[in-house]
Amino acid sequence: MAEPEDRNNSEDVTEEPKAVPEEPKVVPEEPTAAPEEPKAKPKKEPVEPEGPVVGNIVAPSPHLSDTSLTTKGMMIDVLIGLAPVMVMSIVVFGWYAVIQVGLCLVTALITESIFTRMTGKPVPIGDFSAVITAVILGLSLPWSAPWYVAVIGTTVAIGIGKVVFGGLGQNIFNPAMVGRAFVMLSFARVMGSGAYVRASETIDVVTRATPMAAAKEAAGTMADLPSLWPLFLGTTNGSIGETSALACLVGGLYLCWRRSASWEIPAGVIGATILFAGFANLINLTDLSIPHHLFGGALLLGAFFIATDPVTSPLSPKGKFLFGAGIGALVVLGRIFSGYPEWVMFAVLLMNCAVPLINQWTIPRPVGGPVPQKD
Amino acid sequence: MSTATTSEATFARGIHPPEEKHLAEGMPIEILPTPASVMIPLLQHLGAPCEACVEAKQEVAIGDKVGEATSFISSPVHASIDGKTKKATVATLPNGRHVKVIPIKAAAEQSISGQDLFDDVFGGEWPRDGLDAYEPDAISKAALEAGVVGLGGAAFPSHVKLARNEETPIEYLLINGCECEPYLTADYRLMVEVPEAIITGTLLAKHATGAKEAIIGIENNKPKAIAALRKAAEGTGVEVRSLKTKYPQGAERQLTTAMIGREVPTLGLPLQVGAVVQNVGTVAAIARAVLRGKALTHRVITVTGAGIREPKNLLVPIGVSYQELIDYCGGMTEDAARVISGGPMMGFTVGHLSAPVTKGTSGITVLTHEDVKKSEETACIRCGRCVDACPLNLVPTKIALASRAGNAEVAETYYLQACVECGCCAYACPASIPLVQLVRIGKIMLSNK
Ligand code: SF4
Ligand code: SF4
Repeated sequence: MAEPEDRNNSEDVTEEPKAVPEEPKVVPEEPTAAPEEPKAKPKKEPVEPEGPVVGNIVAPSPHLSDTSLTTKGMMIDVLIGLAPVMVMSIVVFGWYAVIQVGLCLVTALITESIFTRMTGKPVPIGDFSAVITAVILGLSLPWSAPWYVAVIGTTVAIGIGKVVFGGLGQNIFNPAMVGRAFVMLSFARVMGSGAYVRASETIDVVTRATPMAAAKEAAGTMADLPSLWPLFLGTTNGSIGETSALACLVGGLYLCWRRSASWEIPAGVIGATILFAGFANLINLTDLSIPHHLFGGALLLGAFFIATDPVTSPLSPKGKFLFGAGIGALVVLGRIFSGYPEWVMFAVLLMNCAVPLINQWTIPRPVGGPVPQKD
Repeated sequence: MSTATTSEATFARGIHPPEEKHLAEGMPIEILPTPASVMIPLLQHLGAPCEACVEAKQEVAIGDKVGEATSFISSPVHASIDGKTKKATVATLPNGRHVKVIPIKAAAEQSISGQDLFDDVFGGEWPRDGLDAYEPDAISKAALEAGVVGLGGAAFPSHVKLARNEETPIEYLLINGCECEPYLTADYRLMVEVPEAIITGTLLAKHATGAKEAIIGIENNKPKAIAALRKAAEGTGVEVRSLKTKYPQGAERQLTTAMIGREVPTLGLPLQVGAVVQNVGTVAAIARAVLRGKALTHRVITVTGAGIREPKNLLVPIGVSYQELIDYCGGMTEDAARVISGGPMMGFTVGHLSAPVTKGTSGITVLTHEDVKKSEETACIRCGRCVDACPLNLVPTKIALASRAGNAEVAETYYLQACVECGCCAYACPASIPLVQLVRIGKIMLSNK
């Protein structure tokens, strides 16, 4: 992967060798460095054995931490933010939605425990990140996908997308999108536009083509442009969780308000989509209007829930915005120029590759300027 | 004065930890009864240690010099009680340094104590006119003789900052009344109770440095302090400005940016952008040194935290032990977990409660198990919260993880040395990664290279 030197050195190697991290480099004497790591572990369970007087553990500052904000808390927030999307998906697709997401969830939990046990690390199910991966993957599948698609997709998402990279925090690609890409390429027939439509279904929306596919078909004729209101509400065909722009907005804004997702990313996605779609409109490249691009397909789901995965997005606010903007631009270009009607998945994966580079380019200038060089 | 009403002056990023000032802010400064003994450390400031200038078993009176400054960046230390010295020993201060100390056993009769002591330190008249009659050099010299150092925590010798600088003339004298560390209220009480001393000290410092403007910056969570100082400052030309309440508003660099919109160069001093920053307590000590010729023998310390039974603000002699102050405040509660010298963001854990407080000790914060509870450390999720919190706009996660991996070079490309260890990043990190500690390790690695 396009990983420049620094991350390989600084992060990927980091988490594992916790036990003896700094001694090797910190010249022979370790007392200086030692206070750090030993403390990291015992800190948790054995609370000061002695009384307060000298039982005082010598702990480094700061002595306070923002307890309202934990990795777990952020993950739970994402699930809360996804709730409106899940509700809408059940409203639109009924049992299909429940089954699809449920299959992904069960598979994710099993896979994560198996894989992490194999790699000999504690099972991090507690941090909920596998749950999120599963839900997002489930929401991005067609309602009609056979059970093995969900199962294999999730296994790949967790197994290859995450655990193989070393667990939460180490993966480069958004795991849910890795899983989805895998099943999409492996089972093209049951994942393609055709899979979404079944005339004989009792659920009304699935008797029609997905709006983005319909628009692709009808390119140039202006005939079949999907109407906007259903697109916004979500009463259209599509992947389970992507249809309702409204639900994505509600959940997504909640996430941004809670600061569990960085607003810069959706802002970048939406901004670039408007810009590129507007421009494409101007020069008559696409019949789809700006709102079509925004509310159609998985754009908002991707902007608020997929691209905002902290692990696979840049660190600085500027980097986050650029990352989002790249996704928005790629989605519009892909929708117009490629054979696929929907591009969010590819855009996210492509921009994931660029994250290390973006991080390199956007190292913020420190207040007061760079460290003066001693000569 | 027009800007005095814009209350939102601040710096970028930073954090909003719980303030917890309510514990002690309502407690008027109390005078600690003279302790049975004190230990005067010979190094209480940034710079070179003092040389002892008393013998063992020598009678000393309050204010007598017991340690002599040895270089320009150094500051003498004085006896803080009347009594008899004992053989010099070594004590470990909370910051981990082993320093030589001169123990003094209190005499049965103290020449000054109680309310008289308070009046001597802070009370009485603080003139505002006629201060220009003092030679600028004489002010700096008086501060040196009195052993005045920055009382905000860093304890940088004040006479250095008061000296006129011909190369970079000082335009602004910024007086720091932010007290942005949670819990601490010592500066607050000073501002409310003795604003006149602060104004007089400010005028003296302004005169000494030749600054054109003197501005006192106070966070807007201290309206009473702002009002008191505004009243005391009337007609003196000293501006009192209300600043946004945000940590670390009271750090020199952030304060300079907030007040005059200038960035202090990395690893540099406010002086380089034409400013000098002094803490409110420090200028009060300068006033006392210049006008009354009295050494810095006492300071106000907040003893606070949920782990202290009766939080108080105390006027204490330098060199009294932490234990004694804690006992005076009713002792610690059952669930007390950690004693901190200073505030919880940048303070040091006190390992031995027998250690003496120094000129730089702004408070003693006793936190409970509940306070110091951290969630379990997880892997870095690269969320960038630490970046959003860092007042210096660094990328703490990169620095810290590179340090943990033993890679000082990478840490350097992310400006490791620029970090001031303010703690914002570690406070904000959802993964509870000990970022500041890792940065410190990185710095050690770098200096060992
Ligand atoms: S705040 Fe913590 S988890 Fe988030 S990027 Fe920084 S170090 Fe990593
Ligand atoms: S401790 Fe250092 S890296 Fe962390 S917020 Fe403060 S200055 Fe930034």
